[in-house]
Amino acid sequence: MKATWLVALFLVLVAPHLLGQQTTAPAAAQDQPDNAALMQKIRDLEDRVVALEGQLRQIKAQQPAPATAAPAAPAGAAAAEAAAPQAAAPPAAPPTAETAQAAATPQGSQTLVQQPSLGGAGVSAAKALNPDISVIGDFIGVAGHNPIQPSPSLQMHESEVGLQAIIDPYARGDFFLSFGEEGVDLEEGYVTFTALPANFVVKVGKMRADFGKVNTLHNHVLPWVDRPLVTNNLVGGEDGIDDAGISIQRILPAPKGIFLEATGQLFRGDSGDTQHPLFQASTKSDVSAVAHLRTYKDITESTNLDLGVSYSRGHNKLGSDFLTQLYGVDATLRWKPLRRSIYHSFIGRSEFVWSQRQQLPFEQRAFGFYVSGDYQLGRRWFLGGRYDHSDRPTQANLTDNGGSLVLTYWPSEFSQVRGQYRFTHYAGNVDAHELLMQVQFSLGAHGAHPF
Amino acid sequence: MRKAGNHAHFIVGGIVLLLCAFILPTTAQAKKLNIVTSTTDMAALAQEVGGDKVSVDAIARGYQDPHFVEAKPSFLLRLRQADLLISVGLQLEIGWLPPLITQSGNARIQVGAPGYLDASQFAEILEIPQGQVTRAEGDVHPLGNPHYWLDPDNGRRIAKGFANKFGEMDPSDAQYFQQRFQDFDKRLGAAVQKWDAEMKPYRGRKVVTYHRSFPNFAKHFGLDVIGYVEPRPGIPPTPSHTLDLIRLMKRENCKVVLVEPYFDLKTPQSIGRETGSQVVVYLPSVGGEKGVDDYFKLFDYDIDLLIKAFKATQ
Repeated sequence: MKATWLVALFLVLVAPHLLGQQTTAPAAAQDQPDNAALMQKIRDLEDRVVALEGQLRQIKAQQPAPATAAPAAPAGAAAAEAAAPQAAAPPAAPPTAETAQAAATPQGSQTLVQQPSLGGAGVSAAKALNPDISVIGDFIGVAGHNPIQPSPSLQMHESEVGLQAIIDPYARGDFFLSFGEEGVDLEEGYVTFTALPANFVVKVGKMRADFGKVNTLHNHVLPWVDRPLVTNNLVGGEDGIDDAGISIQRILPAPKGIFLEATGQLFRGDSGDTQHPLFQASTKSDVSAVAHLRTYKDITESTNLDLGVSYSRGHNKLGSDFLTQLYGVDATLRWKPLRRSIYHSFIGRSEFVWSQRQQLPFEQRAFGFYVSGDYQLGRRWFLGGRYDHSDRPTQANLTDNGGSLVLTYWPSEFSQVRGQYRFTHYAGNVDAHELLMQVQFSLGAHGAHPF
Repeated sequence: MRKAGNHAHFIVGGIVLLLCAFILPTTAQAKKLNIVTSTTDMAALAQEVGGDKVSVDAIARGYQDPHFVEAKPSFLLRLRQADLLISVGLQLEIGWLPPLITQSGNARIQVGAPGYLDASQFAEILEIPQGQVTRAEGDVHPLGNPHYWLDPDNGRRIAKGFANKFGEMDPSDAQYFQQRFQDFDKRLGAAVQKWDAEMKPYRGRKVVTYHRSFPNFAKHFGLDVIGYVEPRPGIPPTPSHTLDLIRLMKRENCKVVLVEPYFDLKTPQSIGRETGSQVVVYLPSVGGEKGVDDYFKLFDYDIDLLIKAFKATQ
């Protein structure tokens, strides 16, 4: 070892002399490569520090969620330990889990993370695995007179609590609890198996069925305060087809550039609101089913077309021998110029639904649809309109019509104020003019919903 | 009317049949490593390292705001075939990538699976918030600033990480990827020397940017970002903040406003008029303009613009 050093030293000392015979400034010539090597060394060291930092962040972010919780979650115990030696830890503190954690974030004294120590590293480690929690508040005020479907003047319509996390390498879980005026309802609660062979996606639990578009949407992502007449009349109202069951979904092979997806769902057979259920299972075998075929194509980079056909069948409240079948067609046209995507966009939507309800004395065939358009005026403003038309499911000769004008303002991505003027002409010549006002606000990390 | 029980059997049978129809022979796996990246920058770096042994496809376009990409189903077509999904991470794609991953039905690229790679682990991350984070500060990224690729040193580190990852996934070509990285490193080193030399006269110059997407670039080239057109990340400009910013720019003698290509130019231009400064639409990403189609051209383009602006406001 020593010998090599001596040889190296000798070479370093002698080499410049050998070169120096030609150059007049040997020292400078020697400095140059030395500096470069040093710079290289510094660069390598820097890279290693950055790599270490990256690994540390990975460990810290071990909460295995794609939609990680909003506030920087306290470090896992391992991360805290790893960081403690390099951080300027406040002196004279015994190395408990708590202080180690404080040290992990420089200026730890500023952080307000004060939690009881429940035995070693357990606390922070357990917290790291908490699901993403979010709450979305939906407040609605209504002015005007509506004798057919009266709404309260002011109501905290819904508080939707979302709990979402990755369960294990094979599945993720999503819970949406809806706290309404009348109590708590499990709006959705399901496990999605994401790692199945042959690209299948299977969901098990309670979920909004894949019938058309509006039925799949939570209240807070609707472009209106209310839901269209056709949904209220024919597809189970605000709750819609939302039931316990199994869903199987797969993308099908299709010509290039076309997206084709088939969904098959089997439910217990209870859907709609309790007074006027859409489907009702009188016996165990009264299951309901939903099938949906969706196709999508990008027409240009900024315009795309989304089409779907849906079918649903179940037993209605008259008993096991009485079926209700629904057929649906939906179309969505979206436009969003990519360079100005946060300022302008347009979405046109329409759904047509045919209902076939077996009842006495004879079957009722009802039809309904809506057409709507929403234009984004600027970064924060949206203007929309909707036309409604729907027969009543149990008396198809009675038809309701309506129209709405909607203006939405977004203070930020996390809150929204909306006004809607709604005119409804109910069957039997009853008119209703209403003004709906909605404030929505979102807390925490609410996972993004599918497109 | 048939008996209800029969109906149930019929439905179950139908679903089973449907299932069988789905399990068609899937197409044979291509030999190339099939990579999908969330942004064009990651795609450019992956291409540098992967050469012709990989096929790379980016989801977002270079001139698109990477925070707000629509999770279009057409992306699912590419994702379901992917062997590797590379994301920028740090919650940049939080609004659109998670549902795409779930819907893809591709077990290989699920978060935590070997085919999911968060590139932020390789890079130096700036602006990691300390202490309590709330949304009163706007759309903050609690894990740090995700626009980290605009520092060539980070580019090198990311490329190195990619070379290692690709080698793990395709061991027979591991040597090839390492070689490509060495080559990239060499070319990048030479380019950085040139860029550093070009930018040297302007070290310490003050600039204002629209969004906080510039800190890594500023750090590398020694620029001083003194303010932002957005009052808070993700919050559009307000009159009072704009006035404050104009006052600040006048006081600090700042003469350059940098705007990402996806933001409205109205406010920046009025700031430019008030302060006599240059409004520069710089590119935060590869592919932001025609011809800017690799990692080197991105810096060439931006540095060229900056130097012009600095010269004009000497």
